[in-house]
Amino acid sequence: MQLRRMIGCLGVTGVIVLLSLAVPPLFGQQRAPVGPQFPSAYRPPRAADGHPDLNGIWQAFVTANWDLQDHEAQPGPHPELTGAYGAGPAGQSIVEGGEIPYKAEALARKQANFENRLRVDVSNDKTWHAFGDPEMKCYMPGVPRATYMPFPFHIVQGTGPYILMAYEFTSATRIIRMDWKQAAPTDSWMGWSRGRWDGDTLVIDVTGQREETWFDRAGDFHSDALHVVERYTPVSPYHMMYEATIEDPKVFTRPWKISFPLYRRMEKNVQLLEFKCVPFTEELLFGTFRKQTAR
Amino acid sequence: MRNRVLASFGVLVAVVAAGLVVPVAGQAPKKYTAPKTPWGDPDLQGVWNDATSTPLQRPGNVGDKGVLSDEEAEEFQKSLEHDLTRDRRDGGNAADVNRAYNEHWMDARRLKITADRRTSLIVDPVDGRIPPLVAPSPERRRAQAARADGAARFAAGLPGDFTDMSWPVRCVVRTDVPPYLPTIYNNNFQIFQSPGYVTIAPEMIHSARIIPVDGRPHLNQNLRQWLGDTRGHWEGSTLVVETRNFKSEEGVLLQGANPATFTITERFTRVASDAINYEFTLADPMTWTKPWTALIPWNKVDPGEQMFEYACHEDNFDMVHFLTGARLREKNGETAGQRPARSEER
Repeated sequence: MQLRRMIGCLGVTGVIVLLSLAVPPLFGQQRAPVGPQFPSAYRPPRAADGHPDLNGIWQAFVTANWDLQDHEAQPGPHPELTGAYGAGPAGQSIVEGGEIPYKAEALARKQANFENRLRVDVSNDKTWHAFGDPEMKCYMPGVPRATYMPFPFHIVQGTGPYILMAYEFTSATRIIRMDWKQAAPTDSWMGWSRGRWDGDTLVIDVTGQREETWFDRAGDFHSDALHVVERYTPVSPYHMMYEATIEDPKVFTRPWKISFPLYRRMEKNVQLLEFKCVPFTEELLFGTFRKQTAR
Repeated sequence: MRNRVLASFGVLVAVVAAGLVVPVAGQAPKKYTAPKTPWGDPDLQGVWNDATSTPLQRPGNVGDKGVLSDEEAEEFQKSLEHDLTRDRRDGGNAADVNRAYNEHWMDARRLKITADRRTSLIVDPVDGRIPPLVAPSPERRRAQAARADGAARFAAGLPGDFTDMSWPVRCVVRTDVPPYLPTIYNNNFQIFQSPGYVTIAPEMIHSARIIPVDGRPHLNQNLRQWLGDTRGHWEGSTLVVETRNFKSEEGVLLQGANPATFTITERFTRVASDAINYEFTLADPMTWTKPWTALIPWNKVDPGEQMFEYACHEDNFDMVHFLTGARLREKNGETAGQRPARSEER
């Protein structure tokens, strides 16, 4: 990219001269890695059970909750009321290869989701979940969205066959059952999570998720056939790499992958606080059913 | 500061009461030593259930008896079970309709009294009753009255707005607000432990109470939460948990306690491999004339029985049903008082 830009600037006449001078040093050496690097061959501290200790409060700092794919900064839904409040930051895609491999008809549904993301109609049980971003309605976000919402989560790793993940957003929780055989007894919003260790990586197989959750505010979605495999790998005392493989043959042409780092929250005495958002969404959901007083 | 003193006083009272007056639930003949976690804390991990039919307050029909004989206990057990069961069909149409939400949906463990045959969960005061209420300030009286008006409209089937419904109906908080009291279902609590923390996940509603036991200070008083702010420490093998900083919304706390002055101290002691004694002391000088303490046994659930997600708000169709029903009734000219009040049994 840089080379091409340089060539462009120099123009055609300079190209031959440039190439004869610049090619040997540019292509003859190995280029130094660009950007920040995690230490190679990191060995994380161990928990009581001998596995890596993932205890602590973690948070993602990508903007994938607005859109998993590349996105420009965007105004909030009502800039005439709130100005720059509620506007969304720009961000680079966290999807491997950049694009989510939608089936054609599913892509149309994603577009419709986006167009209806602020629409709510709970007047009929049957259309209760038909419109609107579940985040706006304060529903539990499901996996992997819970991981990259702009809120921290706490991993509680003890000695039992369970690891608890507690999320600040709407106080959602999920229990990771380690080396567990039993399949999901029924669908749930945060899904059925079964974990195992692959070396220093915690691998979680998530099935049984309710089909109504979305991946982001851009309307990216899945069906009841969603299968997510997450990988949490400590890469420094303060970072984990997070990776999720997303499979849903009803919606996507092939499995696809997202990845980003998680950061350990380091503030003194940091703790999860409450983001109980039900009271923030009740007026939107139920305000129209209020008794009308005479004017 | 004043709260802290009062809370400490409450703990003292509880200790004295539990030690001198009332036999403690699950008190083993020989002293039980709880297993330790690898980092040295008493190990409380597991899924526990607090269901019981033993009422919070001592009912009038047992006189001043705190503990029953085997025979009396059997009768007490039978009578409570009869009153609580939703499978009987002897109450007329209205009761019958209400009990259509029958035992199939309920936690059967709530039909059994505590193993120690107590007549109330309250162990202090010794009469097993919540101490008399303090007269509320005019401001508190107004707030409580407004809440009561909304509750009455809801009970009459005529809620004017979603704010007429209680916080549990609105799925904001349920049995995750301490103290943890037995209810009709989802009486499960899973305890997780990690170095420096004990975490309690109540099944209803899906929140996790992550309790630092590392000696850190409470949040500042101006940062308030629905479930308060919780700190714990170990006293011998007992986890002592102190919670304050509750949000000021009316109707969240037991008996309309005043969030500004309410504190709760909970004590968790593993008394057998399959039992925890859960004891709480409530103090609020603006609500009760003195602190009071209850003791509820937590029993370990069968390992095959798992905690499962309790979603509430996500499919809370009832909100719309209640409100649209009310609008329809208004249209038909119905007013409060024309319908039998909803049973509080549920």
